Amino acid sequence: MTKSVKSGAVTTRRGALKTLGIGAGAATLPLWARYADAQSSAPIKIGFQVHRTGIGAAYGRWYDRTTTAAAKMINDNGGINGRMVEIIAEDDGTDPKRGAEVVEKFATQYNCDVGFGTLFSHVVFGSAPRAGELKLPYFVVSEGHHVASGALNRYTLQPGITDVKSQVQAMAPFVASNLGKKVTMIFPDFAFGHDHRDFFTAAIEAQGGQVLEHIAIPPTETSFTRYFPKIPRDTEVIYHVMVGPAVLTFVKELGEFFGPSRPELFGFIDSLEAVDIGSAGLEFLDGTYFWEGNPRYAQENQSEFDKAYRAAVGVDDNGASLSDSKDIATYSHMFGCWETLNIIKRGMEASGYAGPDDRASLIEAVEAMSDMPHSLEHPQGAKRFNGKTHQTFGHQYITRVTDGKLILAHTTSIEDTLYPDEVDYTTQSF
Amino acid sequence: MTAVRKSLLLHGGLLIVLFGLQFVLPAYHHGNLARIMVLASYAIGYNVLFGYTGLLSLGHAMFFAAGMYGMGLGIRFLEMSPALALLAGLAAGLILALVVGYLALRTVGVAFMIVTLMFAQALFLTILYFGKWTRGDEGFVIQQPERVLWGIDLSDPVNRYFAALLLFAVCLLVSLWLIQRPVGRVLIAIRENQERARMLGYDIFAHKLAAVMISGGISALAGAVYGLLFGYVGATFASVQYSIFPLLWVLLGGAGTVLGPFVGTLFMFYLIDLSSALTTAHMLIAGVVLVAVTLFAQQGIVGELRRRFWRWLP
Amino acid sequence: MEFGPYLMLASLEGAVTTAVLSLTAVGLSLVFGVMRVVNVAHGEFFMLGAVLAWWIASAIGGMGGNPALGFVIALVLAPLVVGSIAAVADLTILSRIDYDPERTIVATIGLLYIMQQVTLMTYGPDARPVEAPFNARIALPWVEFADGRPQIYWPWGFGTTTYKLGVIVAAAIVLLGVWFVMARTRIGLIMRATQLDRDMALAFGIPVGRVYAFVFGLGAGLAALAAVLVVPIQQAHYLMGGDPLLLSFIVVIIGGLGSLPGTVLAALLIGMSDGIISVFFSPTLAKIIATLLVALVLVFRPQGLFGTRATR
Repeated sequence: MTKSVKSGAVTTRRGALKTLGIGAGAATLPLWARYADAQSSAPIKIGFQVHRTGIGAAYGRWYDRTTTAAAKMINDNGGINGRMVEIIAEDDGTDPKRGAEVVEKFATQYNCDVGFGTLFSHVVFGSAPRAGELKLPYFVVSEGHHVASGALNRYTLQPGITDVKSQVQAMAPFVASNLGKKVTMIFPDFAFGHDHRDFFTAAIEAQGGQVLEHIAIPPTETSFTRYFPKIPRDTEVIYHVMVGPAVLTFVKELGEFFGPSRPELFGFIDSLEAVDIGSAGLEFLDGTYFWEGNPRYAQENQSEFDKAYRAAVGVDDNGASLSDSKDIATYSHMFGCWETLNIIKRGMEASGYAGPDDRASLIEAVEAMSDMPHSLEHPQGAKRFNGKTHQTFGHQYITRVTDGKLILAHTTSIEDTLYPDEVDYTTQSF
Repeated sequence: MTAVRKSLLLHGGLLIVLFGLQFVLPAYHHGNLARIMVLASYAIGYNVLFGYTGLLSLGHAMFFAAGMYGMGLGIRFLEMSPALALLAGLAAGLILALVVGYLALRTVGVAFMIVTLMFAQALFLTILYFGKWTRGDEGFVIQQPERVLWGIDLSDPVNRYFAALLLFAVCLLVSLWLIQRPVGRVLIAIRENQERARMLGYDIFAHKLAAVMISGGISALAGAVYGLLFGYVGATFASVQYSIFPLLWVLLGGAGTVLGPFVGTLFMFYLIDLSSALTTAHMLIAGVVLVAVTLFAQQGIVGELRRRFWRWLP
Repeated sequence: MEFGPYLMLASLEGAVTTAVLSLTAVGLSLVFGVMRVVNVAHGEFFMLGAVLAWWIASAIGGMGGNPALGFVIALVLAPLVVGSIAAVADLTILSRIDYDPERTIVATIGLLYIMQQVTLMTYGPDARPVEAPFNARIALPWVEFADGRPQIYWPWGFGTTTYKLGVIVAAAIVLLGVWFVMARTRIGLIMRATQLDRDMALAFGIPVGRVYAFVFGLGAGLAALAAVLVVPIQQAHYLMGGDPLLLSFIVVIIGGLGSLPGTVLAALLIGMSDGIISVFFSPTLAKIIATLLVALVLVFRPQGLFGTRATR
């Protein structure tokens, strides 16, 4: 489904077409789309690649809500360069093949100005080459290390969310000095998990710690207890990260395995993203620690920006939907959509963006960005964008489960998350 | 007009139309058609085994992925030229087809489905297991400079379209040629009645193995070309879903028809594409259409045309 | 963990897998055996069972009812509802395409898409838990020789939960029930007669169409029942049907087509080996080895381990 957001009123493209008297359907779209953007008052079209179906659907729904809210805020404040923002959302099925097709559709059928919003890194990998070839600026919100590693291209940027390498390495000092130096890691046996394995192992060794055992769980696994005996007895800290629909089973079985005598636990919130911390069987998590990209529960020192952002996307103080307290937000990831849209807006304003011919200067304008202060546009915290690697860096949060809530225990500095550049995209031609 | 001339006219005509469409299609559909032609080649490969030999494999993604990874790993680690990498992909697919065929052909029917499914699943997990080289589910990008074949940049839309058309034409003609040859006739005989074919003195196992290798080879080539044309190699293409797709395309288009795989792929692609532009419930529409096709077009689209109008269709 | 307790723990886990798998697979095996069709949507009936269980349990919970009561009602109601849906699908679709093997595959893939999408649109993309009616952790003891005599001790991490043991018992009871129906009742006799020779059954006045609808519903209902049992351990999710489908498919073939004891034995083999192989290898490697083993078993015994006649 495609969706347009104009001054807050959400209408479907189908509805818009009907009012234009061309209700015939999608077949007429390309012509209509091609001739429509001649006027300068036409909306700026942002193609939003959303995981509506497939394994990423739980994240996709919240990415959708956040994006809708951000576009509404931008439009309420006068749009970009005087033009309204229109979000054209299309499902990619969380599949890299379909992802690439959707990027093509944005570039050549809907004539979008930019592509935006992809989360799962295999979809980013599948789509980015096509975005580069079609010269469509492609702003991903994925957490992956793909952009900063130099694997992609000049048209692909990740300015609104930090990458897994910086997140992981910033955790090591806290883990080593507060929880223990002998770590066992449990992670999914695919690229995302391997990034955790490689980056954290190196980082904890730099802190004088060591990883006793790496336990890689096969994808699509639905029961986990039989892997836990591989945890060495002298483990002081268990570092866990899991993704997919079975995450709650994973954490519950971890609790059942240890019973009353557990070591320290440090997890990435991915293990429980979109899951209620108060679910039955999770009581044992009390006193354990989590990395959070953006604290799910409103904290005591909550900033006015988080308060406004929370209200705009419809999330209550416990990280659940305002309309359904069982519907938990993917709060540690979705802020990236909000911040990225605001960066696109600033980039377009700085480059005087008028149409697809200005795409290169839009990218140059974003590459020129650096420090972004904590603000309503960046409610998660201050950011430092690296124009050469196309990757942003920011604060990371460590929270402790206290009485069934995640309470902030530590905030890392941006410096903790930095690492040497691995690529300079600005040397590539457009 | 004889059936042979009609069929030459039809298939030659299709290729000419596809060639001509290059100049008139809008950019979006132009790109789609290139993709569809590569996927249809995969379906043609599948049809050789399923439609003509009567062996239902649920693991063809392993051949597609073997071609894709043979090509991709060759470029990534051995710095092969694209031409050599394509050959490497084809070779990977053929070797895999030989081994899998040799083992799996000891079974028939549902057991054959399971055995192929299991081998494909093992390959999928193996790709994840060797994530150090394959980058697991994320896969890796084949950069544009690595995709220049004999001076032709395959990331360019026009070149990509012609490359896809060339692959499709070769696969279509090979399958057309195959079923006119004695070996193809034997395959059909095996599908219709294996015992009778054996009684006539044909070596059933050797013919089936040949069918698996031709089928696997075409699928692998399609996989290698897909990776090269669209610049991405990833484990998703080895997953169960991508084994189900060619089965679906072929059944929709018409199993055991030369044009069926193309028609089925085209139909399914636009079914998903158009419905996902209209509604978030595109899977619902796809599901309803699939059920409707089984109810009202029993032999697939081309199969139904053959049954009702053009009995000469190959 | 020491080797002995580790192996024992893996076996316990394997037993839980076996219990759930054998119920799901017996459902598929009935459909396979009696109707000779591959039901690709079988996993989705499993999924529907889990989702309905969540709905029923949270509705009862919302009315202030006991979670255990919600679970028990789900245990009865969810299989019935899913079974009826399946029977309707059989009467409206499968019977009209005459159970043609290939078209049935396409039609059930279509059903799979429909059920997944409808669940996504109504239930949503989240994995949601159902509270177990009873769930206590049991630490298990082990014996070791120290100072020259056997001593009992409680190894670290060695335990299970009462609910997991309950699942094993419940599955065993249901399987016995299915066996009783098939072997000792009139409806079982009719089903077996239809399985052996459809035309002969028709000639003897057995309403084969109704028998098929019943069998299809029964198979789906068993899958749903397995899902209700498993949903307090694993959560309900709209994509959860894929794994049970693949595994029960494998189990049915390994067990020999249409053979109920064979299916149960194969479930035991697959469930246990999955757990035990993981003791000796790294997890993903263990999966690869287990997968190849299944393939090779079939390559060298195409009729399945316990089947007697050739397939098809």
